[in-house]
Amino acid sequence: MNLLLVLGGTFVCVAGGVPGLLLPPGRAARRIATGGSVLGSLLGLAGAVGAAVTGRVETMTRPWPLPGAALHVELDALSAIFLVPLFLVSAVAAISGGRSFGDAGHPSDARRTRFFYGLVTGAIALVFLARNGLLFLAAWEVMALSAFFLITADRQSRESRDAGRLYLFATHVATLGLFGFFSQLRHVTGSTELVPLPPGVAGTDGGTALFALALFGFGFKAGLLPLHFWLPPAHAAAPAHVSALMSGVLIKTGIYGLVRFTSLVPDPPAAWGDALMLLGVVSAVLGVAFALGQHDLKRLLAWHSVENIGIIVLGLGAGLAGRAAGRPEWALLGFAGALFHVVNHGLFKSLLFLGAGEVVHVAGTRDMDRMGGFGRVLPKTAFFFLAGAVAISGLPPLNGFASEWLVYLGLFDRARASGADALRAAVAAPALALTGALALACFVKAHGSVFLGTSRSEEPQGEVEPHAPGEPAAHVAPMAILAGACALLGLWPAGIAPALARAAAIAAPGPLPKGTLAGLASLAAIGFSSLALVLLLGAVALFLKSRFAAAAPTAGPTWDCGYSRPTARMQYTSSSFARGLVGYFGWALLPRARGVPVAKLFPARAHFESHVPDTVLDRAIVPAFRAGAWIARKGRILQGGRIQLYLLYVVATLVALLFRV
Amino acid sequence: MIHIVVHVLLVLALPPLLTGVIARTKAAFAGRNGPPLLQGYYDLARLFRKGSILPEGSGWVFLAGPVAGVAAPLFASLLLPFGGHTAPVSFAGDMILFAYVLALSRFFTAAAALDTGSAFEGMGAAREVAFSCLAEPALFFGFVALARISGSLSLSQMLGTGPGWVTAGAPLVLVAASWAIVLLAENCRIPFDDPNTHLELTMIHEVMVLDHGGPAFGLVLYGASVKLFVLSALFLRVVFPFNVTDPRLDWIAFVAGILLVALSIGVVESVMARLRLVKVPQLLVGACVLSAFGMLLLAR
Repeated sequence: MNLLLVLGGTFVCVAGGVPGLLLPPGRAARRIATGGSVLGSLLGLAGAVGAAVTGRVETMTRPWPLPGAALHVELDALSAIFLVPLFLVSAVAAISGGRSFGDAGHPSDARRTRFFYGLVTGAIALVFLARNGLLFLAAWEVMALSAFFLITADRQSRESRDAGRLYLFATHVATLGLFGFFSQLRHVTGSTELVPLPPGVAGTDGGTALFALALFGFGFKAGLLPLHFWLPPAHAAAPAHVSALMSGVLIKTGIYGLVRFTSLVPDPPAAWGDALMLLGVVSAVLGVAFALGQHDLKRLLAWHSVENIGIIVLGLGAGLAGRAAGRPEWALLGFAGALFHVVNHGLFKSLLFLGAGEVVHVAGTRDMDRMGGFGRVLPKTAFFFLAGAVAISGLPPLNGFASEWLVYLGLFDRARASGADALRAAVAAPALALTGALALACFVKAHGSVFLGTSRSEEPQGEVEPHAPGEPAAHVAPMAILAGACALLGLWPAGIAPALARAAAIAAPGPLPKGTLAGLASLAAIGFSSLALVLLLGAVALFLKSRFAAAAPTAGPTWDCGYSRPTARMQYTSSSFARGLVGYFGWALLPRARGVPVAKLFPARAHFESHVPDTVLDRAIVPAFRAGAWIARKGRILQGGRIQLYLLYVVATLVALLFRV
Repeated sequence: MIHIVVHVLLVLALPPLLTGVIARTKAAFAGRNGPPLLQGYYDLARLFRKGSILPEGSGWVFLAGPVAGVAAPLFASLLLPFGGHTAPVSFAGDMILFAYVLALSRFFTAAAALDTGSAFEGMGAAREVAFSCLAEPALFFGFVALARISGSLSLSQMLGTGPGWVTAGAPLVLVAASWAIVLLAENCRIPFDDPNTHLELTMIHEVMVLDHGGPAFGLVLYGASVKLFVLSALFLRVVFPFNVTDPRLDWIAFVAGILLVALSIGVVESVMARLRLVKVPQLLVGACVLSAFGMLLLAR
């Protein structure tokens, strides 16, 4: 029943976009598409929640006239935990995107976008359900290609075309890796179905190759550093609701792939877990450091996806290491924390992207250095963005803390064990603390420079003035739903604990830990603490309110060191706010600054700009491809373009071959 | 039950006394009489009765800073054992909640500073969040070390390792040294920040709250003193992890210890100069390295 609901929902999501392609652009087409996405997502959500709550496994197999392939789908608790955020985010982002990326602003692109939006939702769902290698690959490729058309939704913009091209290249290299992965899997297991590996294989060279290919293919899609370089431009260029779906859910297919693959391995070597932990820590710390250097709001959020994927992979690595060490309690904590963070990141990242979409729509730019004071124009958006910022910084009382806490607990539990092996976890926990502190700095900056302070509109050179106030309900409601879910999971994390434990048990088969997840990690205590914290905050706020009632405050100009006429230009911008921290990480970020410094007593003109480009893209990928292009150009000598020359090549090759034989 | 009541009363009532002790110590070093010990309480009483001016254009976030600045350290204190008594709230993994609750107050204090639109407060907020990025790993390396020494993941047991000074003395010394630096940095004391300076350019914490006045500023001051109290109690329990058998004596020992920590802070403030701002990150990285070494000594 649950599986049927999910499949039906998937079908409705996909089908909803089709009539819009045939109908003339307009209200009807938009309503059908949005309605299809919402209805399909609700159906799917019902099925996924049902499977997560009951833990029942449902399977369906139909023949597919392709050698080795079968329409084999299965819904278990692990799939369900990935499907829940997918359907929730897809529904709310469809409501938001139906309006913001509509026919009025984008007459030719909106229809296409609606169609591919439904298609990508369905394809992601199928990726989470498929249990046959070929079916998985087919769904994967449909997902990857639909995402390309969504990133390039705005065909007029050169930026989105460039981002789309980079994405297309990256996703196909990833798929190439996955072709290698599935053929190697077939070689090892003798089946195209996703069946467990025979014991003892994982430690051999074949097993290592399998792991490396999985890490490459799935890591590319997840945006794990250093395979992340396609992600920031793509998520920055796409329309806001597409960025929400991609960053919140689509990149998690890479995580899902890794989890599903390792669940098929009965005896993962310790090195696998350590490799994942290392990659996770690097991705988390550098991802947030790069995010700090951005002044494009959406690019900043995209870099935070790299960071959060790092946290998730760190949890997975800790879980795998626990399996290898024969400590099922570490495995449970690591996997449960990682899967919880998958859900949480899906919620707050899409919330942040929808809020950013509102801001960008009103400001007409993504440059945070030119924003300020938007909290007065968009008070509701400001509030929900703040909720998302608190959640993504991993602060109590919201959900980001609860999942990071589980990951921490797994690390600490391993760190206190005896043996030098514990050292790896003992270093990872402070690294995660560093990540958390950096994320806090980054979101104080993002929220502060956009929503707080005063508007910079009084500046010359046509700076941005927040215009077009008013926040339509269709834009506020999706953010409210997502923020509500963040609050619910933060205040009542124990509610999701059984589902997490079931999913983690599938992700980490083998001996069960002594005691339940609730016994190992008291999520109930976290929930009660968060509730108490909220009450305490409320009590102090009431006290302040009572004092203000006694003596009403008045308004006055801000104190600028005695300077009585401060202007908005004197505020700290997002770049100046992050300058110190970007300096600490200068060795990795390689920031570039350009400008004429202020000199003499009465400087005539001065300007300054700084950028933090993607080091991997600029220093590795682009030079490598330039070198490849150079070699290819040199090789062009062979291509004379005359038939006689080519015949000569044939003869020469034949003669050479004859001599060889 | 009774110890929870005492715990809560202490954390509510005692913090402003610490600032008084520090001020008196500094005055004694300078050969002055100094303000009364209870000056902190007088200040609060005065501020809570005053009116206030809010900067033009600021919103509710401006006031959320002082509110979170009081509520978060108060909540964090519930997770911390005072002396030999178990903390009112104690569970495995509570030290992570402790650190992150304090981070919540940092988030809102910095956001409130940005809400004023003042250049100086933006500067203070940027410095505050940057320096705490370096203090946080030092704190967590210490947590890992204490977890390894005590074998526990709850602050009440992690900090009560009296025998730890015998079996793992060297690591504990390193962690204590590192956390002493964190204590000074997080509470914006000399050598990191001078709470008495009148140059906004050189300040970190004080510059973030320039625009707060009246009751809101009262909350800021009270919150800062609670945070000082909480981190001093944490530090004290590392240096003196022994339980006094009689519960009443134990409370007295705890209060005496806290006042001694405040006195030591006053001494440090009197005999040291404020560091140049560019040196601050170096000292904090030094703190990280100290506690990391403390952890490494335990890796066997």
